[in-house]
Amino acid sequence: MEGMNIKKLEDIRNEISKARVDQKTCITVCGGTGCHAYGCLKVAQAFKDEIKKQKLQDSVGVRTTGCHGFCERGPIVVIQPGGIFYQRVQIKDIKEVISETIINKKILDSLLYVDPKTEEKIIYEREVPFYKKQERIIFGNNGFIDPTEIKDYIALKGYSAIAKVLRNMTPQQVIEEIKKSGLRGRGGAGFYTGLKWEITSKSQEDIKYLVCNCDEGDPGAYMDRSLLEGNPHSVIEGMLIGAYAIEAKEGFIYVRDEYPLAVKNITIAIDQARDYSLLGEKILGTDFSFDISISKGAGAFVSGEESALLACIEGKIGIPKQRPPYPAQKGLRGKPTNINNVETWANAPIIINEGAKKYSQTGTNGSKGTKIFSLVGKINNTGLVEVPMGMTLREIIFDIGGGIPGGKEFKAVQTGGPSGGCIPKKLLDLPIDFESLTEAGSMMGSGGMIVMDKNTCMVDVAKYFLNFLRDESCGKCLSCREGTQRMWEIVTDITEGKGKEGDLDFLEALAKATRDASMCGLGQTAANPVLSTIRHFRDEYEAHIRDKKCPAGVCKELIQYSIIEEKCTGCLACLKVCPQEAISGELKKVHVLDQSKCIKCGGCYEACNFDAIKIE
Amino acid sequence: MITLKINRLEVRAEEGQTILEVAKFYGIEIPTLCYNEGLSAYGGCRLCLVEIGEEPRTKLVSSCTYPVEEGLVVRTDTKRVIETRRMMIELMLSLSPNSKIIQDLASKFGVKQVRFKVRNEECILCGLCVRMCAEQMDGRAIGFQSRGYKRKISTPFDIRSDECRLCGGCIYICPACQLRCQGPQADTTVCNACLTMDPTCLDFYDELQCWMYDVGRCGTCVREKTEKSKSKEQSTKQ
Repeated sequence: MEGMNIKKLEDIRNEISKARVDQKTCITVCGGTGCHAYGCLKVAQAFKDEIKKQKLQDSVGVRTTGCHGFCERGPIVVIQPGGIFYQRVQIKDIKEVISETIINKKILDSLLYVDPKTEEKIIYEREVPFYKKQERIIFGNNGFIDPTEIKDYIALKGYSAIAKVLRNMTPQQVIEEIKKSGLRGRGGAGFYTGLKWEITSKSQEDIKYLVCNCDEGDPGAYMDRSLLEGNPHSVIEGMLIGAYAIEAKEGFIYVRDEYPLAVKNITIAIDQARDYSLLGEKILGTDFSFDISISKGAGAFVSGEESALLACIEGKIGIPKQRPPYPAQKGLRGKPTNINNVETWANAPIIINEGAKKYSQTGTNGSKGTKIFSLVGKINNTGLVEVPMGMTLREIIFDIGGGIPGGKEFKAVQTGGPSGGCIPKKLLDLPIDFESLTEAGSMMGSGGMIVMDKNTCMVDVAKYFLNFLRDESCGKCLSCREGTQRMWEIVTDITEGKGKEGDLDFLEALAKATRDASMCGLGQTAANPVLSTIRHFRDEYEAHIRDKKCPAGVCKELIQYSIIEEKCTGCLACLKVCPQEAISGELKKVHVLDQSKCIKCGGCYEACNFDAIKIE
Repeated sequence: MITLKINRLEVRAEEGQTILEVAKFYGIEIPTLCYNEGLSAYGGCRLCLVEIGEEPRTKLVSSCTYPVEEGLVVRTDTKRVIETRRMMIELMLSLSPNSKIIQDLASKFGVKQVRFKVRNEECILCGLCVRMCAEQMDGRAIGFQSRGYKRKISTPFDIRSDECRLCGGCIYICPACQLRCQGPQADTTVCNACLTMDPTCLDFYDELQCWMYDVGRCGTCVREKTEKSKSKEQSTKQ
């Protein structure tokens, strides 16, 4: 755009905002990855078609936005202004939504969210219990923004932080502000962001680089990708602020190629930002120049480690290097490089806009601000939640997450991905921040939270993560490559009933050696799934080893399905589903299960309506 | 000049030197396996671990790759270091019980048993051959493939590489290919003979036969060890 400067950006913002005020009703359809899978694009298209048919184009708009977070209930449709919240919207509902809600201003009861606790129908998004306790300072705008439209972001104060920085702040002031805010890296380790920027900025080199780490690879975590998909400009603005502070001219966004929507949206966003003179030479008419390129990763968990990530950007194999020298001293192409996680970058504009003082009011002593968690596993409200640091696990899981399906008993929550650990029921009232999680034997990680109920076997969980890690280890350090492989072998033996006395002590010794001897973060934390499950669920390991029993009824080699004669009504339901024809019997007569044929698939257990199948 | 402490001894080092180099210069022994003076440091075998920092915030790092820093406090033989080192040796032994170099390390560090299932894969992925080929022979015929437990060393696409001149450098430097230990039996895995000075050959000769690793001619440890252990078993039974 010709002659773009700070003042003109404000003019554009006012222009857009003014147009928005006169604007009309807007139907926002969630376009996040979860809703994509539910078919949100077809829903959005159907809305557009219907509006055209009804000739309402001038008064009603349709916008496909970023992720709203409540993935369990997709496709989500929110009608603005007002925020009428419709969930699980199907194409067949669309005609009615237009004719009733848009034209006649009536609420459609059938599409409303019903609070399972009170069985009350809830009309507005802000009143849904899932959103009520959240504090969505980073994620909140996702629901209003079409990520492929820069104007949407500008209308919501977008790029005002970088304008403020360019107009009246020095790089040193920016760093001071970030330091004062107490922001810590959201990628896992929780290093102070301001301090990191300061170290990079103090380097005397002419060329410095900036990197955004979006190699999110933890099973069950998808907040970074959702942020990049839903609000890419906030990440770009954060990087601009960082670039100004450390005086970098070039930046990279390292994003997994498996996240096609994130790659697409950030590519569009970068192009648009260039058009608006927000990237490139002489940004907003000042002397500050900065540009971003995208580097696509081929999907290796270890590439999220910063030195491996830099190797990937350089076109080499993603294998971690010895630190020091740290990337802040000698990073990409041997130059000082500042690497931050997607969420960390998205925090920067908020700190600048609201001021460090206000920002640091949220959170705990050591951890400021909010954190996005992805709440998955055995939980009613699967989705992305943003809460202030210091909220307890109980609030997150039961108040926001709606508890466990079927009212089953809560057993543990796994935080921090494969590098994290399991937190048991007795620590449910733990306020979540960087320190408390580490103390509990887990870690913040990138913010995955996998909830487990009483039907989850903790040894099996440890096995799952070890299997993931033995595959994802780069294989350079003997301790990590062989350590994870051998731990997996021992745990597998335990789940197959081949465990022996002394296995646990040996496992712990091996886990500690793996942690101590490995070079990078992957190996150093690879033992956490084992150590934390042994620490909190030792009795479960012992039951596997000594009694050859799996208390949760998961490990196939240690369980047996049988029919309780008193309860069996002879309905043939289990008999029909058994793939092995292991169950025999006639209608209205007690069925018999042949153990020699049973492959323990659990089909009969699921099929029985009378609880007549037991697992022991 | 940088001043640092190794095992409470104040030492001076050049900028850019590694802990291992400085320790060697001062005669402080740190065991190594994947390290070779003529090749770049790799840090894969984790044997040269040392403990750095001061209590309570100490950590283990590989001394062959860690650059010295002003005021660094290094301890080479703490309990944590030695226990971890033993575990590394045990892991290596389970992969390559026939390597004399690894068997000697086991004897030296008192590793008496292997609690893992023995895999006998020989290769411990120390990467010496890869670096030898690339850095000394200018060949680049072999490299690492895949990652995690599937990692292996091979030529591109597992076919004979045109880059390979059959110089044998890789075999020369390999700690598993060369210097075979013929002692361990399938049921013991750990030999613990030469370096603990309990070699079987001394029952037949008045001099250690393996001193120049001249294996193959004597072979008493292979032939006699089973006999020896059998007679030991019998005597304990009686």
